[in-house]
Amino acid sequence: MAADGMAMDPVLSVRNLSLEFVTRRGVLRALNEISFDIARGEVLGVVGESGAGKSLTGTAIIGLIDKPGRLSGGEIWLKGQRIDNIGHDGLRKIRGRRIGMIFQDPLTSLNPLFRVGDQIAETILTHMPVSKAEARTRALALLTEVGIPAPESRIDAYPHEFSGGMRQRVVIALALAAEPDLIIADEPTTALDVSVQAQIITLLKRLCRTRGTSVMLITHDMGVIAETADRVAVMYAGRIVEIGPVADVIRHPKHPYATGLMGAIPALGAKVQRLTQITGAMPRLNAIPAGCAFRPRCTVAIGKCAEAVPPLVPVGATSARCWLHDAQVERSTSHG
Amino acid sequence: MAEPVLRVENVRRLFDVSKPWLERVIAREKPQFLRAVDEVSFEIRPGETFALVGESGSGKSTVAKMVVGLLPPSAGAVHFSASMGGDRVRPGAIQMIFQDPYASLNPRWRIRDIIAEPMEALNHPADPAARAARVADLLTLVGLSPLDGEKYPHQFSGGQRQRVAIARALSSEPQFLVCDEPTSALDVSVQAQILNLMRDLQERLGLTYLFISHNLAVVRHMAHRIGVMYLGRLVEVQETEALFAAPRHPYTRLLIDAVPDLEQIGRDRVPVQGEVPSPINPPSGCTFHPRCPLAMEICMREVPAFDGSVACHAAKERAMAGGLTLS
Repeated sequence: MAADGMAMDPVLSVRNLSLEFVTRRGVLRALNEISFDIARGEVLGVVGESGAGKSLTGTAIIGLIDKPGRLSGGEIWLKGQRIDNIGHDGLRKIRGRRIGMIFQDPLTSLNPLFRVGDQIAETILTHMPVSKAEARTRALALLTEVGIPAPESRIDAYPHEFSGGMRQRVVIALALAAEPDLIIADEPTTALDVSVQAQIITLLKRLCRTRGTSVMLITHDMGVIAETADRVAVMYAGRIVEIGPVADVIRHPKHPYATGLMGAIPALGAKVQRLTQITGAMPRLNAIPAGCAFRPRCTVAIGKCAEAVPPLVPVGATSARCWLHDAQVERSTSHG
Repeated sequence: MAEPVLRVENVRRLFDVSKPWLERVIAREKPQFLRAVDEVSFEIRPGETFALVGESGSGKSTVAKMVVGLLPPSAGAVHFSASMGGDRVRPGAIQMIFQDPYASLNPRWRIRDIIAEPMEALNHPADPAARAARVADLLTLVGLSPLDGEKYPHQFSGGQRQRVAIARALSSEPQFLVCDEPTSALDVSVQAQILNLMRDLQERLGLTYLFISHNLAVVRHMAHRIGVMYLGRLVEVQETEALFAAPRHPYTRLLIDAVPDLEQIGRDRVPVQGEVPSPINPPSGCTFHPRCPLAMEICMREVPAFDGSVACHAAKERAMAGGLTLS
């Protein structure tokens, strides 16, 4: 379902979003002209290595950017409403109510001093016009839905009485409490063991399917993306370098960085003698090279890569930000 | 076959997790022990990579610590081959590479001093000029520049730091390296660099690795043989290809199925329920039985014996049945 996200009105639409950090040594551009849409019921995976800006994109959308960071351009639209300029109070009505968050570490997302049922009920009471008793009934239903065993007795337990996987289920219940349109899940399974990770992925997928909730899934684990996402955006040094349907990006990546990334991941299926190696590391924010940021690590770079940042152009089913795929360059190199 | 470099025989490690003495006596409680590792035996052959995989709390790092001697085993023994010096291991013959290259390098030391430290401690080579030359060689060997020796750890990225940690480990000319999650803190593109480097070094220097990881894909890429641990016990040991082609223990199968893989785009699955139980109060019999799809009545009573390949009542029964039909 939701394979074609573009046809319908998107739940979330991010247009040319840029984010800067103003420091004493100058302005650092952490996000650069990020644009993407998420349709209803769609899971968009955002993948990249540390420092690529994937978490910042998530925090920027829910307006949790702290000083000295600031949005320096672009627009964020949630179901036709612009939300990047509505101020602190406006955002408070959106966070939790219309956009839910799931973070990596479930222990820091829950208050250790309150019973989990009360925490969920509090979220429901804050955002919805229901009575206390009704909120508790809903909290119980949510705990049942996310697969907490014996929810009637566990509703009055404290976070420390749950295991890691169960806590993450509570956090998911919390994110779903006010029936949001969009969930931003930032590395939701990174702190968990593989067998528990599989349970949480399955749960997240099932809930979004049945409720039609859209998800922005931020992770560094391409395997999680492959199993969960409908589309995927690959980020590098603050830009989206490739975006498209998950099967196309994984099987036939168009950007050299995405190609390298897929080859660098050891696979369970077939054993390769050598992993593809991308030399070097991602540049720091204060040393992003001119032109294409990936050029110093790229094996197929051409002259133009040093001159200008390539635009995001459609290549087959996906879009890639690479001069090699720019029609004009392709033509001129094939002639010469 | 060559003599194994390392033989681990029935090692066990208990940790005292009792309350403080006075509190315990007042509450009239018995001392409480956590069995981190129980009756683990395996061998590692020269030039081989043997991997231990398992989820958190499975005891794999505790095994590593007992192998290098950072922790004494509560029972059982760790034997090294005569080429390593037998029961009195040649100093520097075993080295360790740790997970976090940010924590394992002293931030106030220059890289050249960090790499020379094992040589200085062993006084081998004794000549400082020879040491300096060797530091430069080692830096080149791990893919850094000899000039990098002047720098401090903070001037390097995570992957480069892990290269420094590897150079330091190699400086005492070890035969045997214990690598505890060496790439878990690194990004995938950098992880690929380090894994390739470790394989190149193994070929060039004839190193033997004990490789510890929770990542099955990484282990599959690196290891010749794999040992799977669950709650302190070794449940299965097999050659890598055989383990992935035909896992014998149900836990191994669960672990392989649970890994999200690039090949399986959009797959829907039925994950095995439950989580790893607390090692303080493990289930009776086979500790995996509450989560096991093949659990039988005997699994709740009796701990299955490890037959050199697998520790599972169901697998054993199946093998016997198979053997009977064959004959």
